[in-house]
Amino acid sequence: MKEKLESLKQEALEQIDQAQTADDLQSVRVSYLGKKGPITEVLRGMGKLPAEERPVVGELANKVRQVIAEAIDEKKAIIEEKAINEQLEKESIDVTLPARPVHVGGPHLLTRMISEIEDLFIGMGFEVREGPEVETDYYNFEALNLPKDHPARDMQDSFYITEELLMRTHTSPVQARTMNAYKGNKPVKMICPGKVYRRDTDDATHSHQFMQVEGLYVDKNVRMSDLKGVLNQFAKQFFGEEREIRLRPSFFPFTEPSVEMDISCKVCQGEGCSVCKKTGWIEILGGGMVHPRVLEMAGYDPEIYSGFAFGMGPERIAMLKYGIDDIRHFYTNDRRFLKQYHQA
Amino acid sequence: MLVSLNWLEQYVNLGNDTPEALAEKITKTGIEVDAIHHVAQKSEGVVVGYVEDCYGHPNADKLNVCDVNVGEESLQIVCGAPNVAKGQKVAVALPGAVLPGNFKIKKTKLRGVESNGMICSLNELGIEEAYLPKGSEDGIFVFPDDVEVGQSITQYLNLDDVILEFDLTPNRSDALSMLGVAYEVAAILDEEVKLPLIELDESNEKATDYIDVDVQAKEDNPYYGAFMVKNITVKPSPLWMRNYLMAAGIRPINNVVDITNFVLLEYGQPLHAFDYDKFNAKQVLVRRATKDETINTLDDQERVLNEEHLVITNGEKPTAIAGVMGGSDSEVDESTTTVLLEAAYFEPKRVRRAVKDHQLRSESSARFEKGVDPNRVKEAGQRAASLLQTYANGQVLEGVSEFDQLDRSHKQVEFTSARVNARLGTSISDDQIGIILDKLGFTYQQDGENFVATIPTRRQDIVRFEDMLEEVARIYGYDQLDYTLPQGAQQAGGLTQKQSLKRYVKSYMEGAGLMEAITYSLTSEARSQQLVSPEVASVHPTPVRLSMPMSEEHSTLRLSALPEMLATLSYNSARKQQDLGFYELGSVFVSKELNVTKQPEEQTRLAAALTGQWLTHAWQQEVKKVDFFLIKGVLEGLFERLGVKATYKPVQMDGMHPGRTAQIYIDSVPVGFVGQIHPLTQKAYNLKETYVFDIDFDHLATVYDDVPRFEKIARYPSISRDVALVVDESVTAHDLIETIEQHAGHLLKSVHVFDQYQGDNLEDGKKSLAFNLLYLDPDRTLTDDEVEASYQAITEAVAKEHQASLRS
Repeated sequence: MKEKLESLKQEALEQIDQAQTADDLQSVRVSYLGKKGPITEVLRGMGKLPAEERPVVGELANKVRQVIAEAIDEKKAIIEEKAINEQLEKESIDVTLPARPVHVGGPHLLTRMISEIEDLFIGMGFEVREGPEVETDYYNFEALNLPKDHPARDMQDSFYITEELLMRTHTSPVQARTMNAYKGNKPVKMICPGKVYRRDTDDATHSHQFMQVEGLYVDKNVRMSDLKGVLNQFAKQFFGEEREIRLRPSFFPFTEPSVEMDISCKVCQGEGCSVCKKTGWIEILGGGMVHPRVLEMAGYDPEIYSGFAFGMGPERIAMLKYGIDDIRHFYTNDRRFLKQYHQA
Repeated sequence: MLVSLNWLEQYVNLGNDTPEALAEKITKTGIEVDAIHHVAQKSEGVVVGYVEDCYGHPNADKLNVCDVNVGEESLQIVCGAPNVAKGQKVAVALPGAVLPGNFKIKKTKLRGVESNGMICSLNELGIEEAYLPKGSEDGIFVFPDDVEVGQSITQYLNLDDVILEFDLTPNRSDALSMLGVAYEVAAILDEEVKLPLIELDESNEKATDYIDVDVQAKEDNPYYGAFMVKNITVKPSPLWMRNYLMAAGIRPINNVVDITNFVLLEYGQPLHAFDYDKFNAKQVLVRRATKDETINTLDDQERVLNEEHLVITNGEKPTAIAGVMGGSDSEVDESTTTVLLEAAYFEPKRVRRAVKDHQLRSESSARFEKGVDPNRVKEAGQRAASLLQTYANGQVLEGVSEFDQLDRSHKQVEFTSARVNARLGTSISDDQIGIILDKLGFTYQQDGENFVATIPTRRQDIVRFEDMLEEVARIYGYDQLDYTLPQGAQQAGGLTQKQSLKRYVKSYMEGAGLMEAITYSLTSEARSQQLVSPEVASVHPTPVRLSMPMSEEHSTLRLSALPEMLATLSYNSARKQQDLGFYELGSVFVSKELNVTKQPEEQTRLAAALTGQWLTHAWQQEVKKVDFFLIKGVLEGLFERLGVKATYKPVQMDGMHPGRTAQIYIDSVPVGFVGQIHPLTQKAYNLKETYVFDIDFDHLATVYDDVPRFEKIARYPSISRDVALVVDESVTAHDLIETIEQHAGHLLKSVHVFDQYQGDNLEDGKKSLAFNLLYLDPDRTLTDDEVEASYQAITEAVAKEHQASLRS
């Protein structure tokens, strides 16, 4: 019996070794391990054996059975792997061929600039306010200390609709509206981004429509040094830690004292070059302490309240930051221009 | 304002700063120096020469040979200038000299005649042509007789001068004069201002014997002074004066005109010189013009006047538009011998009006418009008279004939140092504030921290505490201020819900493959009427037009961003970029008034346009054109994310494809439209097939689901059933879905179309629509019977309502 089992084992292992396909293996499995197979037969015939031999032969038969089953599984894994490898070889592609493009759009550069500015000021506790683009003469001019006969209020410079209505020339009316809404007894800390309009002929440096972001902070005891501190923080975050700022006296009807802010030129590190007109400085924004007339008209007592305001042009800042040579690019919406600023 | 440093040095000691360092100081203190011009690059070895003899070149018609005395020797020089002549004093570049442009002068032979140098024009010496005196543009420059032969020309021609170009803010009109600038620089450098010397040697005759002054428009003209100067000789003004005028960008003309211009620049006080004989009257009468009265101004234009304009007359007719420009009838010329010199104060408003009506800006009007210093009007007249005496050999008559109601009082501003420090965030001492006021040239009284400053009348911009605050701050130095952060109660900043939603929608649109465009709000009136969404059009909005547009192209406020967006597509297509998807989120302007009197309603709308191929993958030959269902997909994705459900109904709209346009409703409120633009619209914009939508963002912002409720993730399996219905062509998918949803019962989770079929095996005029029905109960396993019951209910309902039969 032992000899028979040993030779069955040898026979089966040989056949397994020769098997090429999963089917070959299956027939080996059926013929040796099946219900009608020789090993089953041996086990069935055990009754005829003497009692003391039975456990020995039984154990051997089971062992042979196990060896064959394991050999089949092993071989099966080899055959499957081979089949997979053959499949993979067939599937191989030229990975250097061009990709199927994923269609993703992107924001306009001005939107990016404005969001970035908004986020910086939000971080400093400013809220974002918006207002109408068609403004009343009162909010656009008068409430900002530009009375009717003011030289800066030439009809030639603004797009009037009626004598009392015009396309807003700055986003400052949103400041006046917000102060009015707060009724003179609550601090105001806001920025107002948006479109503004001037009666200019479009050329490389002028656009009849452009963007502005203005800011306003009114509270008790607001100091000019606060303006300097806030603008400094903004400039360092927006333009880089290494940039210096400087304030220069200037003039706006709605602020007094008024300032213009320059940042040190990045191109020449302040040495003087063509970008900064050899001054080492680049003008970035205007601002100042809110004019007492503006506070008064909005219902804030200038003896108690003071404040600062500032304003900047996202186009100008973008032009400086990216070296863009013509303001009209922002409104032509040439895909080749827009795409450049979809980058991270 | 152009400021010559050589000239400025006459009034204030400029110290040893380089021009660049001085400019930086001025800029930081308050007046922006826009540019620094060096009058000429250095010319070495150019001296004054005397032309002792001048005769024709033996071998060339157009050349002359000159013997020129250059001090220690006489040189033979060949000269090609037509105006060279014996007896002139000229600029001679000696051999070895280097002229601007690195032009080296050498001994040479010209057509066989030796030439030992070059006689120069101003242009060759590096002076810009625009500043050259009239008539001297061609040819060599001829010096007046009083220059010394052999001396370097640099001092005579002011070639070492540096000009600072000021960019003046409107409040600083005090710096529209050299003296005003001198006060500013004196404050910065802590120096004293030296005023010009006025020495008059008046004759016995009185000005009042020659001229009376009668001012009728007293408010417009509170001061008018008439000086008389007799026996003048009109000739070129002295070289130094011509140099200063050129440096200031004013062309020299003759001594009388130059002197009035010089004093205008020196004092900031415009003056006018009339030829007294041509003035032809013993009276100056200042009044408002009458309607349609005319005057011929110095620029040879006839100006038609009206009651809003102030004129100087000789009692009969206008001889000048006050403060703006004189008349040609009384113009000073070579033959003038007696000058009537006007020094006056004209009201800014009146001058501004004339400037605006006649589009006539002059150096004079620019100063009157801002208001001149009332305390310097008469002095400026005297200064000019003294210069006429010296440089035009004039005889100044005694006194002045004048009308005078001018307010010359000084304003006072009271303040405390505590308030200054509180507003600036500084701790400037009382003494330091006193020093700053001294530097500014303001007189003041001080009692501890209390100050009363008296403001000089040249500084009309200073009227209240805050103006004073700026003066103190800028002299103290803005760069001396600390960097502080606001001390007030801190508040959290942030975006409103609607602002956040805008950002969300924008990033959705970009994720969906569209680029953001920003187009102009102002469009043409024709375009403003195009592609207006039905719910906007139904209120019959009036196009809001500008009263004075610069062009028809940008004359009218938009009612939709789409027309300008189509123009953008067109612009890009024309540049070989034909596969495009753009969106814009921005305001449109809806006014319901026939004649606009109130602000129009500003609606934020979301518009998008797609054209060309959406997907192209060249080497796999995959191409997918944009189509209706793509743009609808963009919209549906948005609505899904906003938690709103939209329905679509076919609509007819001008400019849109009649069979491929739908109006969009949310809860039966119309919010916009989507569709393909009409082939004719396509053609008008030079586009291929293009799909657009335009929806009301403001409405979406009010109805969107801002806090989506948690919905249990189903733990039990769903059951899916398909049904194919055959219906008339006119029955829409929307009709069938509505009926299915109404009758399916609460277990139906979703229904969607998976097939539409027309053709073989179906009757003409019929179509088959196949739907997938998904049933789900989150709390238990469904039974087939429940689903079957719902299915039956559905088929019965669609058969009844839409005559739908099941497709076998």
